[in-house]
Amino acid sequence: MTDTPAAKRQRPLSPHLQVYRLPLPALTSITHRITGIGLTVGTLLLVWWLVAAAVGPEAYATASGFIASPIGLILMFGWTAALWFHFFNGIRHLVWDGVKGLTLPQAYSSSNLVIGAAIGATVVTWVLAFAL
Amino acid sequence: MAEFSLPANSKVKPGKTVRSAGTDAKRTRKFRIYRYDPDSGENPREDIYEIDLDKCGPMVLDALIHIKNDVDSTLTFRRSCREGICGSCAMNIDGRNTLACLKAIDEVKGDVKIYPLPHQPVVKDLVPDLNQNYAQLASIKPWLQTQSTAPSRERLQSPEEREKLDGLYECILCFCCTTSCPSYWWNGDRYLGPAVLLQAYRFIADSRDEMTGERLDALEDPFRLYRCHTIMNCTQTCPKGLNPAKAIAEIKKLMAARAA
Repeated sequence: MTDTPAAKRQRPLSPHLQVYRLPLPALTSITHRITGIGLTVGTLLLVWWLVAAAVGPEAYATASGFIASPIGLILMFGWTAALWFHFFNGIRHLVWDGVKGLTLPQAYSSSNLVIGAAIGATVVTWVLAFAL
Repeated sequence: MAEFSLPANSKVKPGKTVRSAGTDAKRTRKFRIYRYDPDSGENPREDIYEIDLDKCGPMVLDALIHIKNDVDSTLTFRRSCREGICGSCAMNIDGRNTLACLKAIDEVKGDVKIYPLPHQPVVKDLVPDLNQNYAQLASIKPWLQTQSTAPSRERLQSPEEREKLDGLYECILCFCCTTSCPSYWWNGDRYLGPAVLLQAYRFIADSRDEMTGERLDALEDPFRLYRCHTIMNCTQTCPKGLNPAKAIAEIKKLMAARAA
């Protein structure tokens, strides 16, 4: 054993993401991270829109035109969904910081609550957006 | 940066299939087991054993012992007490970390997939190298520390003080939780992980320990404590039903309280 070259004794890493069945609270956790990144991208869109408004009517028309286009609407829909999810899950993190709601059944129900609230708020946002 | 895929030497290849169950066997089950032979120089593989459930006990550990005794003596795994108190047979079964001795075969639907504890260096088959985990445990000084003069008798606790250790002292250090934690997978070299942080809190919460401030100082670090993002895989997977996520939240709360 001792005369095995070091390269051969390099131990393999056991499988992790490849084999682990992630529970619901873990899925909401990774969604929080992903929506956080998505919000950064969405904020760039918002900055562009604001800068365009400051530059002049022509630039503003270009930015508004893009946001109202099908691709723009899909991006905005994703952004609002990400915003609501991140918002509600952020409240959940705030509650956790007070060492509340950290039992396993509570973690599952708050996962479901956050998902439900995010879907509900996104739908309401878009219904209002088109109704007004 | 987190590496989401396995390194080339760790990719799992298909292995052999062994059917030990006779044609007259009434209850058979396939066990898909991670195998790694350090002497072969080859990649890990997944061997399939089809066994007769009437020839072994009800738990996954019973099946592993049956395979080792009667089918393939080269299969290597740790086990000792077979009743959930030693923590030796911690492994990934059916996609979750648990103790093989506490996991009933009937609880698993379909083939029983058995892997070593995730994201650890593998010594052989189902045996991971836990040296880093033990070193991290030693780093938090898991023993009572005092500064005052030793009393002439025991350091007594009230029932209420003793109650604060419930849910903490029962940890058997199997590292199911630590190796279930994605934060530990990506930052295990610097993040202490749930098992060690639960132990850290066990001594912080102990009324007889007089080094709480120093213990918190040692944890005040972006990685050692704060890589916990409350993913809660630890609490989900603990075979003893403990709650490391809550213990870590208690430490974070103490940090915030003393900073205020």
